[in-house]
Amino acid sequence: MNSLFPSIVSRSQSSGLMNFFVPIISIVLTLITGSIIFVLLGFDPVYALYTFFISPISSTYGISELFVKATPLALIAIGLSYCFKNNIYNIGAEGQLTMGAIFGGGIGILFHDTNAFWLLPLMIFGGAIGGALWGLIPAILKTKFNTNEILTSLMLVYIALYILDYLVVGPWKDPFGYSFPKSRPFSESGRMPLLFDGLRVHFGLIITLFLIFVSWFIFSKTIFGFQLKVSGYSPKAARYAGFNQTTLVFFAFAICGAFAGIAGLAEVSGPIGLLYRDISPNYGFTAIIVAFLGRLHPIGIIFASLVIALTYLGAEDAQLFLQIPSAVGFIFQGLVLFYLLGAELLINYKLTYKKLL
Amino acid sequence: MSDTILNIENITKSFPRVIANKKVTFDIKKNAVHAILGENGAGKSTLVKILYGLLEPDEGNIKLNNKDFKVNSPAEARKQGIGMVFQHFSLFDSLSVKENLILGIDEKMSYSDLENKLENISSRYNLPLDLDAPITALSAGEKQRVEIVRILLQDPQILIMDEPTSVLTPQEVESLFVTLNALVKEGRTILYITHKLEEVISICDTVTIMRSGEIIDTSSTSNQTAKTLATKMLGQKLDDLKTNYGHIKDEVNFEVKNISCDFNDPFLTDLKNISFQVRVGEIYGIAGVAGNGQSELMDILTGENINIKSGSITFDNKKIEKYGPQKRRNLSISFVPENRLGHSAVPELSLSDNILLSQFPKNNFIKNGIILKNNVDDFANNVINEFKVITPGNDAKASSLSGGNLQKYVIGREISSKPKILIISHPTWGIDAGAEHSIRESLIELSQNGTSIIVISQDLDELIEITHKISVIYDGNLSKPFKTSEVGIEKLGLLMGGKNE
Repeated sequence: MNSLFPSIVSRSQSSGLMNFFVPIISIVLTLITGSIIFVLLGFDPVYALYTFFISPISSTYGISELFVKATPLALIAIGLSYCFKNNIYNIGAEGQLTMGAIFGGGIGILFHDTNAFWLLPLMIFGGAIGGALWGLIPAILKTKFNTNEILTSLMLVYIALYILDYLVVGPWKDPFGYSFPKSRPFSESGRMPLLFDGLRVHFGLIITLFLIFVSWFIFSKTIFGFQLKVSGYSPKAARYAGFNQTTLVFFAFAICGAFAGIAGLAEVSGPIGLLYRDISPNYGFTAIIVAFLGRLHPIGIIFASLVIALTYLGAEDAQLFLQIPSAVGFIFQGLVLFYLLGAELLINYKLTYKKLL
Repeated sequence: MSDTILNIENITKSFPRVIANKKVTFDIKKNAVHAILGENGAGKSTLVKILYGLLEPDEGNIKLNNKDFKVNSPAEARKQGIGMVFQHFSLFDSLSVKENLILGIDEKMSYSDLENKLENISSRYNLPLDLDAPITALSAGEKQRVEIVRILLQDPQILIMDEPTSVLTPQEVESLFVTLNALVKEGRTILYITHKLEEVISICDTVTIMRSGEIIDTSSTSNQTAKTLATKMLGQKLDDLKTNYGHIKDEVNFEVKNISCDFNDPFLTDLKNISFQVRVGEIYGIAGVAGNGQSELMDILTGENINIKSGSITFDNKKIEKYGPQKRRNLSISFVPENRLGHSAVPELSLSDNILLSQFPKNNFIKNGIILKNNVDDFANNVINEFKVITPGNDAKASSLSGGNLQKYVIGREISSKPKILIISHPTWGIDAGAEHSIRESLIELSQNGTSIIVISQDLDELIEITHKISVIYDGNLSKPFKTSEVGIEKLGLLMGGKNE
């Protein structure tokens, strides 16, 4: 007789090919599970999946929207890979995004009646600084007091959100805004230029692609990328090499924070144009899924950001056409992560049923 | 025979590359403390793991009370009356003593029954416990008590203790011995695994000595002395080998002076006033049984740990005890720590990338932060050719190499950087005979070209073969150095067992 519960045994050699297929397998499994959920809800699964995944991108406008959503996701995810490669679990990108929006947006509010070419670059710079500073707080706590960065970075998200909340109902409230919790709009030169007339896809996409390219170069060609990799794989080897791990933690958090901060600024100076409460539909958290779905690789992250961006759009369409709550988008994101982690376990381990005597 | 509780007959267990137990045969008498004595790797742990159901023997029989004994798991072993206290505790740190004890019970037992039983055990065997204390608050000795009580709750006939004193203070050792005596008085049998000669003589009745997987002798401890035990434990080593002292210069280029280091951690050994000198071209060996402070000393020699309490390290007239690994490498000091996978090499990275691990500040490998891959590849290829590393190429992952090949590669990497001193821990640990031979040869050759070498190793054969001077580390103390060609094996054995006359 075999025992009821399998035991998990390490595979001596994990397959490189499977490594590549894991994201694809998890997406397929997500679609299957998704259709089962739709059937249980009483919808034709083909129609529902079509509404969810195809119809949102069947127009130029839809594709532009896909890029609008994918931009912050990809930018934050590539920033997160600096941390994740170093085995630092920064969960607080949402807070770093918010702080970037506050710093960069604050500059925009300060110069709301100025029109000058330097305004947008200054705002982007401010966004990067704001995000980086917010990211450095958990880095200091981790290196000085040995706190767990998962907890501190997560808690800082809520602090950042409340600071934004305070600012838009308090000191930065639009004096002509009929007491709505929002700031003044930024001046025209404080807005991300649009790439095409009539479409919302903006210059942030170019910044994102550029930073992804830079990150690819850093990861694969520089000694800094090498150090991140080594201390992620084996902290002991990094100590043997003599890498300064404290510095690496600081850099990883600062870069990740800066990227998330730029993403936040790109949101408020791009599609939104001012500061208000809900600047991000959890981009900072969802980007964690994007980073892992893309296997921390720059190219992978580009594709993963498009897939996950589609779940945002699909959720909106599902709400419109199927009258399903848009939370179904989060269900899909959750499913992807669930299958991803499951498949990841199964490439490295196998299940065996022990014989009972 | 009626007073024998356990008959072990012809137990053989082999692993890839090594035979851990070769036809192991001996009897254990009831109502006694039976020691199994041996160096690391002698096969002690394999044998007790078989007894405790963690490993399955390839051949052989075990009889418990004259009945065939075969178990497939520790739970079954416990049911049959064999309990084991491991060297490393398996307790939940955040739970209380009581909760840990409850978790360890295999059968159903009411809560009040348990409390009564605990009280009984605590008082009978000198094992006082604060049931509500969290495990984190306990000392190593108290944790061990919890482990022992947990096993005693199952009322075992045989209790296996694996190196029980290694984490204890001398006072705790005393009280452990009181407990063991009480257990034996009650008719239980204790199987005591150790490498400490003193303990064998003071508390054990019978001793079985193992060496390279084989039983050397089983006899009563009453007619043994520390000296006879040491000789049997280590065997007759090759001491007729000619060591060449001609090339060694008088000049000392590496000096460790009065290094002390406290860790406040029961699993680490504090270093006590360690001093030694290495001359140019000399190979200095540090012998000792594992866990006597070797890895702690290695970390201090490499600069991975610079938090020493007192003392100094001088190299080429520079004080370097506060230098990190990189700064030491810049002075032409090289190191190879014991563990290949994850310490001296990163298994997930390619051989080329592993060159960078220790060589990145030198050799024109980096320009403005960018890796010059061609130069790194050339260096890697040189190491592969010169040290005859068998691999498909420099882009193969380190994890794909056999232990011996990877070790040749790692040592080759360090030798190729032309160090003035090489500090190496367990250079031939766990590798095949061919690689072992070629590594020892390259170390000897390196010293003849004027490089000083410090070798930390548990393998006495190796140290006697390659070193010029040798000293022994025991419990964080380093003995005075002996000339390898003059020191007797018996002397080293006594020092390794903690006997210093």
